[in-house]
Amino acid sequence: MIARELRKHFPVKGSGGKSVKAVDGVSFTVRKGETLGVVGESGCGKSTLARLLLHLVVPDAGELIFDGDPVNTRELPVDALRRQVQIVFQDSYSSLNPRMPVRDSVAFGPFVQGKKKQQARDIACEMLGKVGLDPDLFGPRYPHELSGGQKQRVNIARALATEPRMVILDEPVSALDKSVEAQVLNLLRALKRQFNLTYLFISHDLNVVRYLSDRVLVMYLGRAVEIGPIDAVFECPLHPYTRALLASRPSMDPARRIEEAPISGDPPNPIDPPPGCRFHTRCPFGEAPCQKSDPALGKWEGPQSHIAACHMHDPASGHTLAHG
Amino acid sequence: MNDTVVLHPTLDTFEEQAPPATRVRGYWQSVFYRLRYDPVTLVFAAIVLLIVLAAVLAPLIAPFDPYKESIVGRLKPFGWRDHLLGTDELGRDVLSRLLYGGRISLSMGVVPVLCATLIGGILGVIAGFVGGRTNTAIMRTMDVFYAFPSVLLAVAIAGAMGGGIGNGMLALTMVFTPPMCRVAETATTQIRALDFIEAARASGAKTMTIIRYHVLGNVLGPVFIYASSLVSVSILLASGLSFLGLGVRPPTPDWGLMLSTLRQSIYVVPLVCAIPGLAIFITSICCNLVSDGLRAAMDVRM
Repeated sequence: MIARELRKHFPVKGSGGKSVKAVDGVSFTVRKGETLGVVGESGCGKSTLARLLLHLVVPDAGELIFDGDPVNTRELPVDALRRQVQIVFQDSYSSLNPRMPVRDSVAFGPFVQGKKKQQARDIACEMLGKVGLDPDLFGPRYPHELSGGQKQRVNIARALATEPRMVILDEPVSALDKSVEAQVLNLLRALKRQFNLTYLFISHDLNVVRYLSDRVLVMYLGRAVEIGPIDAVFECPLHPYTRALLASRPSMDPARRIEEAPISGDPPNPIDPPPGCRFHTRCPFGEAPCQKSDPALGKWEGPQSHIAACHMHDPASGHTLAHG
Repeated sequence: MNDTVVLHPTLDTFEEQAPPATRVRGYWQSVFYRLRYDPVTLVFAAIVLLIVLAAVLAPLIAPFDPYKESIVGRLKPFGWRDHLLGTDELGRDVLSRLLYGGRISLSMGVVPVLCATLIGGILGVIAGFVGGRTNTAIMRTMDVFYAFPSVLLAVAIAGAMGGGIGNGMLALTMVFTPPMCRVAETATTQIRALDFIEAARASGAKTMTIIRYHVLGNVLGPVFIYASSLVSVSILLASGLSFLGLGVRPPTPDWGLMLSTLRQSIYVVPLVCAIPGLAIFITSICCNLVSDGLRAAMDVRM
């Protein structure tokens, strides 16, 4: 899937034309078979991005291309896109209809896409088995009779029931405790191998992202600030924001206690982002060029390229630390 | 360098161990189950059932012809010559008129509620689901009607249309549609915000399918509870309309009309005159208590 300059602004009522710039020109590529992790603070636009990719929210501008076909055109109408891309949400409880047995919730997808009721039920039972839930034991249960981890498995089964090629996971393990989280992550890995899936994994937890992803995209205030292979980004972060994010992870090593948070304050208001580079108000390396112009992400050469949207890496910017 | 997640070997599997299955009950089964053990509601439901049965079987159990007048036997007390509940001001048997009148009063109570539930429910679900301008248009129109006190509105509409059973039912339907619409709209708006609706959309379902399978099941609960509480109000309002002469026309028996015509004779046979009022009161309060019991059984947070 290729996203080009996706933009979504939510107008603020009564403010005379101002809007929350949730996603402001994000471009990236997800290659078939890989897992792209998306990290960022709360409010940086990750969830809006997830919904944009499925056209649950219509983008204001930008292009979305899936498997070579532009989305929302005759070649690939939104319905066809939704057969091939599915989503798992963060809140496992509100993702399930409280009045339907989970087997029917999972069967709803195939049923809507044309299968008969009994056939859809059989597919649902099979999927429940594949995510580790005994279909006879768990199928007729209602969501309030399941634990958080079990509900999330049901959500995963529901996403996979329509046999998609790509699954968008919007913070699927954020609401689960650590042990359950580990089980669900392993489940996701196994399912990816088994069904040959492509994942877009959104999370605020860096360790989880590192465990599951091949490449990672770092977002800040609606823009992509860094993208690259997971090990390269985690070991040599290019963007000051990524550097600060990685440094702020609590360490298990008592000798490495952090006394002061490497990054302070809250992100600026997305209704009125700062001029120039959006991070310059909190950046320890901010200088004159940072206030004037918004750095671009840089040229993406291939799957191994590691680029950041920062003036320090752009020799033409005039930043004192820029190297050619 | 920070650590990645180190996984314990035993957590590497992902099979779920489940406790042995408990008996699984659906929503409606659990409602039924709770009702079975609620003696108060069951008693009142039985009373309502008796009243309905009596009204339905009126032709079989009424001792006299409700229209047969008798100049001699007017305003007689209980038990006079086999008239168990006495006679009214035209010599007609009160018990028979009560039974036949029950059919009209009960239907004037139930039919407007049913119609209002249908119309208001549909409008409310549409308004709640579509949102935006449609929602504003529908809900503000409803607010116009909502601003009037219900009795006044019913009287005004029935009066303007000229009275009669049909017009009375129409008036009551129009009075009940706005609150029903509001209940449906609130429930639908709440459901629409939940993730599983988005998940259903992401599965590729069309709007009507989503409404049918996901929204209606969740909206039906609050709507049904509210409708059952409206029945008692409707019976009262219908009797009120008949009392004012805007509902049933004489000589058709109807509890409200009976109350109205017997009003003047209250110093002659007070007990006989109170009977229609008692009938209205008992029916209305029993319906009310049954609806309370239903609400308690259905409103459990699942």
